[in-house]
Amino acid sequence: METRKSTFERPVINRVNAGLPDKFGMHSKLRSMPEIDSIPVESLIGLYGSPLFVLSEKTIRETMSDAKRAFTTRYPKVQFAWSYKTNYLDAVCRVFHQEGSWAEVVSGFEYEKAVANGVEGQFILFNGPGKTTEDIDRAITQGSMIHLDHFDELFLVMGCAERLGKRAKVALRINMDTGIYPRWDRFGFNYENGEAWQAVNKILPDSRLELVGLHTHIGTYILSTNAYAVATTKLAELTVRIQRKFNHTIKYIDLGGGFASRNTLKGAYLPGTDTCPSFDNYAEAITASLVNSEIQHDKMPMLILETGRALIDDAGCLLGTVLANKRLVDGRLSMILDIGVNMLFTSFWYEHAVVPSKETSDYTENTTIYGPLCMNIDVIRDAVQFPVLERGDHVVVNRVGAYNMTQWLQFITYRPNVVMIGMKGDVDVIRKAENYSSLSMHEHIPDHLIHFRL
Amino acid sequence: MSKRKLNIAITGLNNTDNPGPGIPVIRGLKESEAFEARIIGLAYENLEPGIYMKDLVDKAYQIPYPSSGSQNLMQRLEQIHARESIDVLIPNLDAELYTFMMSARKLEEMGIHTFLPTLEQFEERHKANLPSYGEKYGIRVPASMAIIGHEAIASLSDEFEYPVLVKGKFYDAYLAYNPEQVAMYYNKISAKWGVPVIIQEFIKGTEVNVVALGDGKGNTIAAVPMRKQYITDKGKAWSGITLADGQMIELTRQLITQTRWRGGMELEMIKTSDEKYYMIEINPRIPAWVYLAVAAGQNIPEALVKMALGMDVQPFSTYQVGKMFIRYSYDLIGDIKQFEKLSIQGEL
Amino acid sequence: MQSTYIYFIPGAMKLQKNIAISESGFVFNPGSGESFILNRTGKNILELLRDNKMFEEIIELMMGEYEVDRIVLEKSILDFISVLKSYGLLEKEPASAN
Repeated sequence: METRKSTFERPVINRVNAGLPDKFGMHSKLRSMPEIDSIPVESLIGLYGSPLFVLSEKTIRETMSDAKRAFTTRYPKVQFAWSYKTNYLDAVCRVFHQEGSWAEVVSGFEYEKAVANGVEGQFILFNGPGKTTEDIDRAITQGSMIHLDHFDELFLVMGCAERLGKRAKVALRINMDTGIYPRWDRFGFNYENGEAWQAVNKILPDSRLELVGLHTHIGTYILSTNAYAVATTKLAELTVRIQRKFNHTIKYIDLGGGFASRNTLKGAYLPGTDTCPSFDNYAEAITASLVNSEIQHDKMPMLILETGRALIDDAGCLLGTVLANKRLVDGRLSMILDIGVNMLFTSFWYEHAVVPSKETSDYTENTTIYGPLCMNIDVIRDAVQFPVLERGDHVVVNRVGAYNMTQWLQFITYRPNVVMIGMKGDVDVIRKAENYSSLSMHEHIPDHLIHFRL
Repeated sequence: MSKRKLNIAITGLNNTDNPGPGIPVIRGLKESEAFEARIIGLAYENLEPGIYMKDLVDKAYQIPYPSSGSQNLMQRLEQIHARESIDVLIPNLDAELYTFMMSARKLEEMGIHTFLPTLEQFEERHKANLPSYGEKYGIRVPASMAIIGHEAIASLSDEFEYPVLVKGKFYDAYLAYNPEQVAMYYNKISAKWGVPVIIQEFIKGTEVNVVALGDGKGNTIAAVPMRKQYITDKGKAWSGITLADGQMIELTRQLITQTRWRGGMELEMIKTSDEKYYMIEINPRIPAWVYLAVAAGQNIPEALVKMALGMDVQPFSTYQVGKMFIRYSYDLIGDIKQFEKLSIQGEL
Repeated sequence: MQSTYIYFIPGAMKLQKNIAISESGFVFNPGSGESFILNRTGKNILELLRDNKMFEEIIELMMGEYEVDRIVLEKSILDFISVLKSYGLLEKEPASAN
């Protein structure tokens, strides 16, 4: 008679630290993530390689419609503008444009991308402190909204408009004290010291410029909804003041972005999943301040939101593979993945939720998760209670949709495939993995360096 | 008539030399004349003394830290609830309050009653918000300013007289006598807790405290003032005495009426030589010295449980003045078998 | 098949005296006062060590009990033993001449 053998699990011994919590304390079991939108992680990696970025169109659209619902049920005129720098893969941008979002760009390159995606100039908001003369000329010609960052730019736009003989549509980027830190006073004109008002007084009498909007962007990963209420109130006050002095109606108020995602910031005590405000929380703070402001009822401006991170972070996963386990000198376990900080840039500020793709045992070890780069900074998670995986096992890094696919570095290795799972479960490669020729095509070797002998 | 039996879950069993309020709260509950309390202790760490105090804690469970996420905590509570059918839960630690407040509705649906402040009440009393809190509710608070860089230090003397307190946004406070010291403490604190660093007017006087209970409708159900008589080197009360101080009670009532405070609270104030009171901190929970209030005639834990269960509670009108507490330590004897059971099964 | 994988056979793998291993997988080292928690496989190995089994014997016994690849098993046991050593649960090896 053949007896069935038990399944093997790596032997684990954990010291019970007096005073510190153990099994029922910090070691809470990690939920595994065997599939994304019903497609097994194993088969995605089998077909498209590892590492692999996976975007869920379903999650993007659901998140977007949640955000739209939160704002449009509270305020009549709401417009989202997709923040290109958060994720400018064309497929992603087009999902947002299909959802009705305009484009918010911060460089000539992003502007070109928006145009190539079929966005008409009048639906492009042009932000950022580094616009070139060519950028401004194009924006004026195509009727885009130029968000002014400083006086030098204001004068530059005046000059361009005059030369082109076309009125430029501009908005003022304003920085202010909303009670949070750090204060982003490097962008735009300051509210409290009167700089913004001075700019208004410069723009409005000038026939070359049309002031269409007021814009602020109070920071990034803002957990305080009250800061948005303060910012909205200040922009509304400025709107009223402009109406009173110049009898000029501001067409839109743009609250920028900065909504937090559910990722956990390094050093935060509570996880982001518990502290991140909902779209409803943000919407309530912003729209209530607008509705309760002194702005005349028939002159209520359009409310523009440039939310990036909160709309896309949850929709992206990064799949990877365990390359090795290694015992460090102090007895800690280290796990080496094929995912490095070069493609997971956000691991510098997030405690990313890394989970195994398959069910594991309850036993975890204090593990440091490293990437594959030959660089000491290549750390994905510093100390995390993690089940012991074997070489070849797969992991899923959750919530990587924002910034990684734009800030990633081509460093040491190629950038991997990015796929999108469509609404019907169809998988498309939306950005092909790089290979040797995609990188060498921009290089040139001078003749005298072609030959050598070793 | 036999007393109603209640299963009450309590956290903060860390009755060490920097004690959590759990054990004093339990002592109050065990003395209740209205109900018979069976105590389910909830511990984060395996050496919290309360776990091993069998005469006070009937059953102890380990629970995951709030930092591992409310989902994990709630799952563990569901497990415990299925076995113990908890009637009331009293969280006693600062770090866990946010998570319990967020989960209060879910707990209520499970049949676990709590009596906690609202998130808004909790948020607005944070240390960094003290000036606006004082302004909003007409309470005297020390002048303070949040700074985010060295540049602000030079001009501090325009607004403050030295010495000033330099405080971290969560913990730490140092007294600085000149700008150089402010800069030094600023570096020390910002490296540890980040910015802003709070510069606060130093108020000379005696530190006095009130433990109080609000019903959430503006009524003060209980309020007992106390002065610390001696402080340990950790800055914790070693001994304290109840005071007859009408002004402190009045201030507490005003605050509770205006904020409609719900649940237990501790007010920390400085009383100056010219009889002025400055509010320096508002703790949104019962303090560890609450048993002094119980002994003085106001069983705050009992009243809180009754309110959590929706019972009508009449405000206390008196307390005994001159009651004292003297904290002492005591070596409980445990066994490795208990430690094993707790480590393996997460309960004892 | 005899393995060729092993490049290092741990010398003395004797468990410290008096180490108490309970049914639940709780380990108490009365010499140091420290305690530990084992998973099932870990408990298995520790008990075999207590019974003075040699490395090869442990491998054979475990192969009989678990569905496991030999290389994976050897690797895990070697790693496990290095952890036991760092926790001071094994008797010190006699100093070897190098």
